[in-house]
Amino acid sequence: MTTYREAVREALRDALARDDRVFLMGEDVGAYGGCFAVSLGLLEEFGPERIRDTPLSESAFVGAGIGAALAGMRPIVEIMTVNFSLLALDQIVNTAAALSHMSGGQFHVPLVIRMTTGAGRQLAAQHSHSLEGWYAHVPGLRVVAPATLADARGMLWTALEDPDPVIVFEHGSLYGLVGELAPEAGPTDIDRAAVRRPGEDLTLIAYGGMVGKALEAADDLADEGVSAEVVDLRTLRPLDTATLLASVGRTHRAVVVDEGWRTGSLAAEVSARLSEDAFYELDAPIARVCSAEVPMPYAQHLEQAALPQVPTIVTAARGVLAG
Amino acid sequence: MDSGTIVEWRVHPGDTVHRGDIVAVVDTDKADIDVEVFDDGVVEELLVDPGVEVAVGTPLARITGAGATVAPAAPAPQAAQVVEAPAEPTPVPVPSPRAGADTDRVRASPRARRLAAARGIDLHRVRGSGQRGAVVAADLERAPAEPVPAPAAGPSGRRSDAERQASMRRAIGELMARSKREIPHYHLATTVDLQTAVDWLSTVNGDRPVTERLLPAALLLKAVALAAVEVPEVNGSWLDDGFQPATAVHLGVAVALRGGGLVAPALHGADTLTLDELMAGLRDLVTRARSGRLTGSEMADPTLTVTNLGDQGAEEVLGVIYPPQVALVGFGRILERPVAVDGMLAVHSTVRASLAADHRVTDGHEGSRFLAVLDRLLQTPEDLR
Repeated sequence: MTTYREAVREALRDALARDDRVFLMGEDVGAYGGCFAVSLGLLEEFGPERIRDTPLSESAFVGAGIGAALAGMRPIVEIMTVNFSLLALDQIVNTAAALSHMSGGQFHVPLVIRMTTGAGRQLAAQHSHSLEGWYAHVPGLRVVAPATLADARGMLWTALEDPDPVIVFEHGSLYGLVGELAPEAGPTDIDRAAVRRPGEDLTLIAYGGMVGKALEAADDLADEGVSAEVVDLRTLRPLDTATLLASVGRTHRAVVVDEGWRTGSLAAEVSARLSEDAFYELDAPIARVCSAEVPMPYAQHLEQAALPQVPTIVTAARGVLAG
Repeated sequence: MDSGTIVEWRVHPGDTVHRGDIVAVVDTDKADIDVEVFDDGVVEELLVDPGVEVAVGTPLARITGAGATVAPAAPAPQAAQVVEAPAEPTPVPVPSPRAGADTDRVRASPRARRLAAARGIDLHRVRGSGQRGAVVAADLERAPAEPVPAPAAGPSGRRSDAERQASMRRAIGELMARSKREIPHYHLATTVDLQTAVDWLSTVNGDRPVTERLLPAALLLKAVALAAVEVPEVNGSWLDDGFQPATAVHLGVAVALRGGGLVAPALHGADTLTLDELMAGLRDLVTRARSGRLTGSEMADPTLTVTNLGDQGAEEVLGVIYPPQVALVGFGRILERPVAVDGMLAVHSTVRASLAADHRVTDGHEGSRFLAVLDRLLQTPEDLR
């Protein structure tokens, strides 16, 4: 048995071992072992040249990562949470995402940025948001969200091989996820959505921290005789629309589960694509289950109330099936 | 509605009309509408030629006579727009369309709409089980299929002939493809000696004016209806993975339309009609089918379809069943053929009768029995009266 945290660490170790151009930098990734203990032990194993603690300036160390990538390195930059990444938004959006386009393809930025996302751990409104959709909005970036141990282990190396910047979102509640990881587990694709559970009556579409809840909801629905298919988006940009269309083409109903806020969300994008391309397959309006449109509360009961929960997913599923 | 176009006059100057008679057909933006007259009287003059678009309220005809002083009893206020009716003649107003026609829109999912269009199912007659009563795809499985007729009075708006043609062709194509895809057909055929029937018909028709003569088609239809009572396995529907026998015999009569395409509306309770009623019903049905004026139930109700190729047709037809029905009876052209009678060769009027049937419901044994019963019934035409 292994954890999601260990799977990410194994991915980092594998990448560091495979390619000496790879290095990790970020706040407290070295001596402290990472704010979420992901990089624990890597400083001892790979040394301070390759496991680099940085000052508390997201803009500076992301910018340094972009420079290193342009100079031929393969940096992995860790940002503690997506909320903090907003301090580096200029570097990410105006520089990393744009350079290839602005240079006519002469300069690529083979940078991987890992960051924690999501709520559920009483870290309040400045550490808990799900802003994946903001990054998924930006051309020039690839955005992935490993939701399983296999993807936590496998997406990093493939992301490093991408000549352009890739953002990896690790949901904070997943680090403790325990499961089996095949000893031979290795790199995975970062192009396609995955059907995590096949079903016939409706499709639950989720990513990151919501995949587990969607699977639990599918279990509950199965008890009611409803066969729910669960699709894990995996890659948030570019979206694998084909897999979504194929699933909804089979089930004719969809509920999109997204921890982001509903307005302008990834769920909105998914819903729009289904409306555009699967309209004539739909037997009910598409439903969305998103977070309440408030800054994430600190108090546990309020935080839980603000987040998509298994019962709300089940209720939404019943809604699209209802007569 | 601001204007309309006379498609057809149903009366001519000099005709006597009574309140409620259909005097004209008007093509509006929404649909073709039958125009009723609100008075008794004699048509003196038609004021508007077919094809001319006129504003609502324009007098269309002058009627004189007993009821000429009676005001038009139009239910809708717009319909009563009589433009300065002369003292004597009463104008027939251009009618207004049904108010709130848009409320006819059926709540249906996009998928249900697509499938219904492909299968020729009228969503108005499907009970919805989806959100707030919306029709969803699963509901269509329980609905009868039908070819899309030229929508004479449909709410969907007037379409050009070419569009109607294309739409009908598509609907027939989808329906027949579905039939061939889903129904395991088997075909049987037999030659029926019609000499007795033809002789009997000519005796009966001898005393009748041309308009009241019985055609062989009526006899064939009546025989099919009675045979379906004796062999009920051919009369009904395949629904929800099972055969549901029909409680009455509503014969679908395949009618070829001018300009191509066909519809097969129902002759309700054909087994209970006298031959004269059946003949009248057939004439009425064919006329209305060709003018696109069938009712919804006529389109939805057939339990067994008959295709009769008639005088100009081929000798035999091996039909394709209309889903969800389970059989189709075909008649070729009535032909004189050499037949053996009591060991001698004779020349008799005969017809090739065929049965296309659904193997999920019947086998060749029942199918043969049906054709044998049909043959037997046609040998005693006087009993079909």
